[in-house]
Amino acid sequence: MFDLVPLILLFPVFGLLTNLIFGRNLSERLVGIIASGSSAAAFVISVIQVFALANNNFHAETVFIADWITIGKMYLPWQMRVDTLSVTMMVLVTGVGTLIHVYAIGYMHGDKRFARFFVYMNLFVVMMLVLVAADNYLMLFVGWEGVGICSYLLIGFWYDRGDNNLGNARAGRKAFVVNRIGDFGFLIAIFMMFGAVGSLQFDDVLHFFENHEIEVSQLATTITLLLLVGAAGKSAQIPLFVWLPDAMAGPTPVSALIHAATMVTAGIYMMVRSAPIYAIAPLSQMTVALLGAGTALMAGTIALAQWDIKRVLAYSTISQLGFMVAAVGLGAHVAAMFHLITHAFFKALLFLSAGSVIHGIEHGAHKSDDHFDPQDMRNMGGLKDKMKTTFSVYVIGAMALAGIFPLAGFWSKDEILADAWHVGAVEGHWHGMTVYILLALAAVITAFYMTRQIILVFFGSSRSAAADNATENPPIMTVPLIGLAILSVIGGGINLPWFHTLGSWLEHTHHFFHGIDFNLAIALISTGLAVTSIIVGFIVYHRRPLESSTAPDPLRSVLGPGLKFLYNKWYIDELYSATFIRLYEWKARFLAFQVDWVFWHDFVHDQIILKSFKNAAAILSGPVDKSGINKFFDGLAYSVQNIAVKVLRPLQTGYVRNYALGVMLGVVMVLGIILIN
Amino acid sequence: MIPTSYYLALSAILFAIGVAGVLLRRNAIILFMSIELMLNSANLVFVAYSRQFGTLDGQIMVFFVMTVAAAEVAVGLALIVTIYNSKASIDVDDASTLKG
Repeated sequence: MFDLVPLILLFPVFGLLTNLIFGRNLSERLVGIIASGSSAAAFVISVIQVFALANNNFHAETVFIADWITIGKMYLPWQMRVDTLSVTMMVLVTGVGTLIHVYAIGYMHGDKRFARFFVYMNLFVVMMLVLVAADNYLMLFVGWEGVGICSYLLIGFWYDRGDNNLGNARAGRKAFVVNRIGDFGFLIAIFMMFGAVGSLQFDDVLHFFENHEIEVSQLATTITLLLLVGAAGKSAQIPLFVWLPDAMAGPTPVSALIHAATMVTAGIYMMVRSAPIYAIAPLSQMTVALLGAGTALMAGTIALAQWDIKRVLAYSTISQLGFMVAAVGLGAHVAAMFHLITHAFFKALLFLSAGSVIHGIEHGAHKSDDHFDPQDMRNMGGLKDKMKTTFSVYVIGAMALAGIFPLAGFWSKDEILADAWHVGAVEGHWHGMTVYILLALAAVITAFYMTRQIILVFFGSSRSAAADNATENPPIMTVPLIGLAILSVIGGGINLPWFHTLGSWLEHTHHFFHGIDFNLAIALISTGLAVTSIIVGFIVYHRRPLESSTAPDPLRSVLGPGLKFLYNKWYIDELYSATFIRLYEWKARFLAFQVDWVFWHDFVHDQIILKSFKNAAAILSGPVDKSGINKFFDGLAYSVQNIAVKVLRPLQTGYVRNYALGVMLGVVMVLGIILIN
Repeated sequence: MIPTSYYLALSAILFAIGVAGVLLRRNAIILFMSIELMLNSANLVFVAYSRQFGTLDGQIMVFFVMTVAAAEVAVGLALIVTIYNSKASIDVDDASTLKG
């Protein structure tokens, strides 16, 4: 059954090729069916792999596809790894991916680049599966870059929209460039691994670090910190998170699939995969934990003050990714993977519901012919009754995200908090306690901004004509929402604290993956905090609902200028622009104008090379060629002519006797020579 | 018996007369006759030595020379007739149009 595993790549490849070649001529329905169908087929194969692993006593299996690079000692095959960790990701990617594909059929209806959208989506699924199914770091890197390019293409999918008709294209570029910084770290880490181990196969690398714990701890620290740079880029952690909010320029299904559920978790997957290296580098683990927790809190605070419905979710995603990264740093890999999965469910749900809201509002805007921002929550309000399905699934998603018992987010977030508490209080590491406090605060803020969002969007009275006319979306969009809502409710079941299903499943990949015992106190504290936070949110926003789309945020009276600071995202973009970007632009300008134009072009090329070439050419053509070589050959020709005219011509008299005399003299000479000799 | 050297002397004289004829005369017919004279002086040498050595090689060679001479005369006379047709003269100095 393991032999089927290449099919999970081939199905989406088939789908994307079909849509790429014929998509233009096919109906929307057919394009959608091909794309979703290929993704669903991949999902079926992934599920089969679960059973295949169960039959194989959960032993990892590798499936060889082709040779790739063989240079000297280096041997890198295209080889897919089927173990519990990779299969978990495969099922997640294809399962959530399929639902989002189906949803996108409705969401992208009528778009002029409908087929292209699904080509990109399928390509993304392929690349993500390459990433999670890779058996070596370089193949993982291929997938890593592949999803990066898909992200870039899909963020800029509506490249002709946005500020100055360039905003979306700029957002895509920003995502690409910021990710490049992370990729740089990742690549250096790969090089260092190869330098130390001489192989990039997971088994070789990880065993090497497990077996040489003492000798290579320094190296392991460097490599893991560089891997963290890569993960920070892909999973949007401090300081590289700035691209993710801008990535919301892409169509909403993309935000749900790529920028919430799957691609951004690649960094976490990669760090979990590299867990044995992190295990011998305590400094890196601490850095990872603190960075994740810091990101969780910081992004949460930013989400408090945003007006754009998708931006709130984007910062929420960064915050939740921070939870997962912190969990990886604490050594709680199971909790990280658990939260990764549940987060994929409820964040995909939230994004798709937000897309449903936006779609509904845009629908209303067409009727009212009103030019406004359909994503601004100030223009919404009162959608509770107009979009009933969307409202209910949104509430489920938000409660799952806020960690309300017994939804999926409760179990996974609680496990991370319990792990942090364990590391801090039981094992006595100061960073464990810090992480716990930061994450608990982040969880409180999460509950608050989700309450704020729900009230602003669904409660109160509608604050624009478009919201007044908003309607519920067709079933092709709401059915996937319901599916994800169900997953968000029961998703916690995959790793309930008393059973540790996911924990014992993942344990087969690395022996030290294990779950943590349920901590009732922690669970009560976090639930209490979340509920309090929701109540406070209700008091702040529901008691005094926004009257119009220009009214200020009620929080302003509490936070004052702090709100503006949060609204402007801690001025991080401005900070980067003032430091890195301006410096970079200055350097680029200096290189372009001073170095390239003035120095290379004007001075070196024009002055030195061109002028000396001209002079040399003048000398060669004038004195050397014309008066030297030319004269010589002219003279040669003249002298040949002269000899012919003056000497040879008179010999040719035409008189027979002269020739006869010549013949006779010749004979006499020949005979004379013979006689003399 | 007359010594061979006499024949050789006669042959040399005949040859010299032939050469002089070719070099000095302008009439094409005379030129041909002078050439014949040279060929026959050579024949005389062949025959003289043939007699001295008692072999027939020289005499056979003479037959060849005579046939070649006859063929040559046939070609030569044809040339002379053609030259005469175009120049109305058989003076070889008049046929000097190949002069450079």
